[in-house]
Amino acid sequence: MVHITINGKVVKAREGEMLLSVIKRQGIDIPALCHHEAIEPTGNCRLCTVEITKEDWNGWKKHVTSCLYPVEEGLIVSTHSSEVMEIRKTLLDLQLARCPNSEYIQKLAEEYGITETSYKTRPDADNCIMCYACTRICEVLGKSAISAVNRGHDKVIGPPFGEEPPDCIGCLACAQICPTDVIEWSDDGEVRTIWNKKFDLIACKKCGKTIITREFADYLIEQRNLPPEYFDTCDDCKRTEVAQKMGGLVEAAKEVTL
Amino acid sequence: MFIDGIEKLNQWQNECRKALDANKKKVLVCLGPGCLASGSDQILDEFKKVLKDKKLGGITLDSIKKTGCHGFCARGPLVVIEPEGIFYSKVKKNDVAEIVEKTLEKGELVERLLYRDGKDDKPIAEYKDIPFYKNQMKISLRNVGQIDPDKITDYVANGGYAALAKALTGSKPAEVIDAVSKSGIRGRGGGGFPTGRKWASCASIESDDRYVICNGDEGDPGAFMDRCIMEGDPHSVLEGMIICAYAIGSKEGYIYVREEYPLAVINLQKAIEAAREHGFLGKNILGSGFDFDIKVNRGGGAFVCGESSALMKSVAGEVGEPRAKYIRSVQKGLHDMPTVLNNVETFATIPVIMDKGADWFASIGTKKSTGTKAFSLAGKVKNTGLIEVPMGISLKEIIYEIGGGIQNDREFKAVQTGGPSGGCLPADKLDLPVDFDSLTEAGSMMGSGGMIVMDDRTCMVDVARYFLNFLVEESCGKCVPCREGLYQLHDLCTKVCEGKATEDDLALMEKLSKVIQTASLCGLGQSGPNPFLSTVMYFRDEYLAHIRDKKCPGGVCRELITFDINDKCTGCLACIAVCPVDAITGEKKKIHIIDQDLCTRCGSCYDICNYDAVEIK
Repeated sequence: MVHITINGKVVKAREGEMLLSVIKRQGIDIPALCHHEAIEPTGNCRLCTVEITKEDWNGWKKHVTSCLYPVEEGLIVSTHSSEVMEIRKTLLDLQLARCPNSEYIQKLAEEYGITETSYKTRPDADNCIMCYACTRICEVLGKSAISAVNRGHDKVIGPPFGEEPPDCIGCLACAQICPTDVIEWSDDGEVRTIWNKKFDLIACKKCGKTIITREFADYLIEQRNLPPEYFDTCDDCKRTEVAQKMGGLVEAAKEVTL
Repeated sequence: MFIDGIEKLNQWQNECRKALDANKKKVLVCLGPGCLASGSDQILDEFKKVLKDKKLGGITLDSIKKTGCHGFCARGPLVVIEPEGIFYSKVKKNDVAEIVEKTLEKGELVERLLYRDGKDDKPIAEYKDIPFYKNQMKISLRNVGQIDPDKITDYVANGGYAALAKALTGSKPAEVIDAVSKSGIRGRGGGGFPTGRKWASCASIESDDRYVICNGDEGDPGAFMDRCIMEGDPHSVLEGMIICAYAIGSKEGYIYVREEYPLAVINLQKAIEAAREHGFLGKNILGSGFDFDIKVNRGGGAFVCGESSALMKSVAGEVGEPRAKYIRSVQKGLHDMPTVLNNVETFATIPVIMDKGADWFASIGTKKSTGTKAFSLAGKVKNTGLIEVPMGISLKEIIYEIGGGIQNDREFKAVQTGGPSGGCLPADKLDLPVDFDSLTEAGSMMGSGGMIVMDDRTCMVDVARYFLNFLVEESCGKCVPCREGLYQLHDLCTKVCEGKATEDDLALMEKLSKVIQTASLCGLGQSGPNPFLSTVMYFRDEYLAHIRDKKCPGGVCRELITFDINDKCTGCLACIAVCPVDAITGEKKKIHIIDQDLCTRCGSCYDICNYDAVEIK
């Protein structure tokens, strides 16, 4: 355990734990657009920037992204100093110029007093804030089917060469983690489409409800050593089946005790 | 031949020297990037052809040496005749027969190929007397231009690998680190972090594996110091890396070279093979029991991959994006193992420190920036080229004594140091000593050593816009302040150039720059606003002229200037012929007229006029 001071209050933290999680545990709200519990932090959005110093730094302080900064004994942190606020405001102002139509960004910017961007808006604006949450979750799942391509201001998230991503299994993790709902997908009866790739959906053999893409099912069966027939029925039907079996057992038990 | 110890190395060194001295004369033909582009390879072939048919005492085909860059690129292609040190500049293929006949056979000079300060000045025959060379001091470039980079024997004859042998047999790893620390050498790649401290922290971390990486991803426009070292003296880089590996206990090293330097890749590969063959790389180096090997890794041409953490990702086969360095590379670098990453020039300097001693090195330069530094001198200076000078030398000495002053004797306006993310310093900073701390204090930086000189026909706002554009193109796009911030800063700067900006825009640029500096993830972003900040600090009036008066004092920004022809016009028709849009009309011997509606302000007429008749307004 180490002791750090956040906005004047001394708190305990695990050594090596990232500063952001300690701050959040204190109930302090700081924005972090690219942060998600399921994935490794990367520090893209910079909004969780805080000011740090130590007693023996002789007044010297620096700004760090709290999502990536491992806590250490004696750290003194300010989460809302005037300089930090200025940084966040400018960052949100820039994000708003990039994604002027994103309600998510609009709302956050407004919280920091920005209703209109000071900068030139992107003519071909979409709502992607380049947080890399999608590519990172895809990596965590072991696929890395999509990635950030090109560089600088032209950087976009996409499949290799803009074609159907060969490694995509249609699991929708990218679409679900996306904070601004940019990634388009659809389930049309028996077919799922994402990244322009079409996937056959498995239907439950009992109720006919679609469950999962064939590719995702095969991947899970292989990775988690599941029985090959695991995805033949949906979770609901599986539960019903178990309940029926249990019901039968109860009846049988009653008969035995009688 | 496998060199298994210091005695055998000494013996081999003597043999190499004897072999070299067997030739009475040596002809060094520069095959550095500049001379090669002017066809110096043909000059080399021509020398071989001419000498093949001649029988001259003490001169054989081995006398003809292809070497790396001699530095004086403005006067290339260059040929030097040793031992006299006769310096021939702007040599052409058909000068070769004459050089052989006069200089090699009869010992006479070919006067028209000699260097002259000005057109009418007396020619200077020898290398050492030419002002460009006289004021330099070469440590990292000691062999560049002197030896054939393909021949390990040349390197050994000049004392190569002796420092390694000395370190391996006479010093403990900790003693090597001590010597490097004591020498005071700081990283030549730009950051200026003390090399000895870096090595010591890496060595102090418990780990089974650790790596040595040489950063040869020289991305600054106009910088070619590392290129010339890798091409012209690859063994010095290897020797520095092997010494580092021994000091920190590494078994594996990488040299990351940008794809745009194919000759550097080839020469390093050849050098690595030769070093392995002779027992300087691989298992049981010099019979000491120490193992280390090096691989060459080619970069894909991204500027950001010169940033150490992005470089390590690239070496590991991942996308070259930087990571936050709250945990340093010396702790967790390549493959999360402790890693020392140094620049080409730093590694090339290490053998000299080991050989001549830390105190000797520390006695050169200033107290906090010891030794020498290589620069590529470019822009509007007369003597462009590759130089190496002791730290602490003033900008004025570099520009006016080595560089020979400004082209066409125009007025000096600014010098940019530190590459695209460096800064521009004005005339009143010319006395500034060139060292890490003084340059940073003045709002610029040492960087890897690019130095671009600008004259009074430069618009500083345009310069800022140009370099910001480079950084926008080269930003990796990972973090918001750099990706979005530099893009917007460039957009605002373009507005200033076009005369469309207001003073509020200027204030916004200053505010934005501050956030980009503090909030960016890596060094590229953090130093990204420097081209704007340093120009607005020293040339604010130029920004205001664009904004308030809609004028470009440098006469560069097309939207704010007009070209006019005054009565100095002799009616020579030259501008009419060169105008791409036929905007100029007039007859012979009569003053010509520019149609302002048609004129695109390309400046072709201004450049071609010999009578100063075209004016920029």
